[in-house]
Amino acid sequence: MERRSMKGWLYLLPAILFLGLFLVYPLIDVFVYSFEEGYNFASQTYHGVGGYNYAYVLRDPYFLQAVRNTFILVVITVPLSTGIALLISAGLSSIKPLRNLFQTVYFLPYVTNTLAVGLVFMILFKKTPYTDGLANLILGWFGHGPIDFIDGPYAAKMFVLCLYTIWVVMPFKILILTSALASVNQSYYNAAKVDGTSRFRIFVRITLPMISPTLVYLIITGFIGAFKAYSDAVALFGTNLNAAEMNTIVGYVYDMLYGNSGGYPSYASAAAIILFAIVLTITCINLLVSRKYVQYDV
Amino acid sequence: MEHKTEYERIEKQARARRVATGALTYVLLAFWALVVLFPFYWMVLTSVKSYSAYNSEYIPQLFTLSPTLQNYVDAFTAVSLGRYFLNTIVFTVATTLLMLLVTVLAAYAFARLDFRGKNLVFTLFLSLMMIPNELVVITNFVTITNMDMRNTFLGLILPSVTSVFYIYLLKENFEQVPDQLYYAAKVDGTSDLKYLWKVMMPICKPTIVTITILKAIECWNSYVWPRLITDDEKYFLVSNGIQEIRENGFGRENIPAMMAAVVAISVPLIVIFLIFRKSIMAGVSRGGTKG
Repeated sequence: MERRSMKGWLYLLPAILFLGLFLVYPLIDVFVYSFEEGYNFASQTYHGVGGYNYAYVLRDPYFLQAVRNTFILVVITVPLSTGIALLISAGLSSIKPLRNLFQTVYFLPYVTNTLAVGLVFMILFKKTPYTDGLANLILGWFGHGPIDFIDGPYAAKMFVLCLYTIWVVMPFKILILTSALASVNQSYYNAAKVDGTSRFRIFVRITLPMISPTLVYLIITGFIGAFKAYSDAVALFGTNLNAAEMNTIVGYVYDMLYGNSGGYPSYASAAAIILFAIVLTITCINLLVSRKYVQYDV
Repeated sequence: MEHKTEYERIEKQARARRVATGALTYVLLAFWALVVLFPFYWMVLTSVKSYSAYNSEYIPQLFTLSPTLQNYVDAFTAVSLGRYFLNTIVFTVATTLLMLLVTVLAAYAFARLDFRGKNLVFTLFLSLMMIPNELVVITNFVTITNMDMRNTFLGLILPSVTSVFYIYLLKENFEQVPDQLYYAAKVDGTSDLKYLWKVMMPICKPTIVTITILKAIECWNSYVWPRLITDDEKYFLVSNGIQEIRENGFGRENIPAMMAAVVAISVPLIVIFLIFRKSIMAGVSRGGTKG
């Protein structure tokens, strides 16, 4: 019996080693770092323990800028992407011909390199001495002057960032919603049809309640994902996000760790922990609110 | 008679409404397909425009009559795109293989072997799924730096290996294999490893294929960790490479060549997606998020 027990642990050993070294230990360590004051990366020494790192980060204008950007991004992209995905999925499940083709096309952004395709968005929106770019050409038809979406006003930059973020997150949402819609019991629809219920009413009274757990799942994962936004912004505005005023919280963490402004793992740790306090709070609020409205028992 | 016309009128109205909603649905779906596909079209189009033609277009042209492949030649000769590719392939293959080894062994232990504390360890594993990468990356960066593994493949690969979610996915699948097979194999004196290799793996091949592809996509697209751990261009992966090309590029702003590099980076994944469409989409809907 002892020998069999040994064997089980032996099979688990590689996984435990990897997870322990690169997941469990770092998780504990990040809290330790965040309370070590005046940590010096070169000599790996510190001169005190306390909350100074948090105080520093919370007063840092770059961090406040990053928090502002991240919140704007979350508030705009999560409802919009979920709404559009719901509309498209509802459309998809109401048709037969071409359905597979549309589904395949819609999934494409999921398998593309965020950094690479972000460059395409950049050239579509960038205004250079040679050309105003395609986006400005279209704006011109409506009689609006050329705007530099990449190096120009804050609102224009935020618009492109939101647009690209939505483009990137849509495949996942459409996929999940389409399979949720397909799993709704057909007999509800048949019953509604017998009663002559209108399509809109069927959607609001049957479809929405039936897929509400999936919607909540998407909204929660959407919030979490949007709070962790980073590479989309790098793809559009380059690695120096602070200069572009487009940094995100995750971007601030990495900038503190590495690069021209880096070498401060303590500040990075404090910022990362603040981020996850925010994410945790919002997830809990989401769960509490959704418990009121969601239909889990059918 | 009057009754019949009334009936026909209602019928006709209903049909008209059906056609109208159907048409509207297709317009909406086609519009979104256009939004998704247009950036792809634009990057391919720009990549076959010549440098001078692109820069003389003050108003961007929606097509080109004189396509050229010169940009692709530039992308692979003027910058080290070939090296970035090679690095990414080495990184992706090594990480995915190691992940498979670790995942298969762990999933087998949870699904098939009995040992004390198994349920406790499994619960602990599941709770690890909630740890966000952004929290642990800081210490991992310090660990790898202290181990002198910056700008090495080991430093890139080791922290990227394990995924608790894949262990969970495979364990669920392993448990569906009937116990009788195992007892029969044991009676024949087959070792556990051989049983795992000859029986379990072939039966669960679809799941193994799915997690392999998902991991490979994740590796191909990974940006944050490679950026932290490599600053020597010799070890850049494609994501960092394209960022490098964007910032220091071809010595001048050469957008068509940059787009050629973007196409080259995107094509392998799109081909893999078109081949394994079903298992990728099934795998993602079972719990993937954009990694």
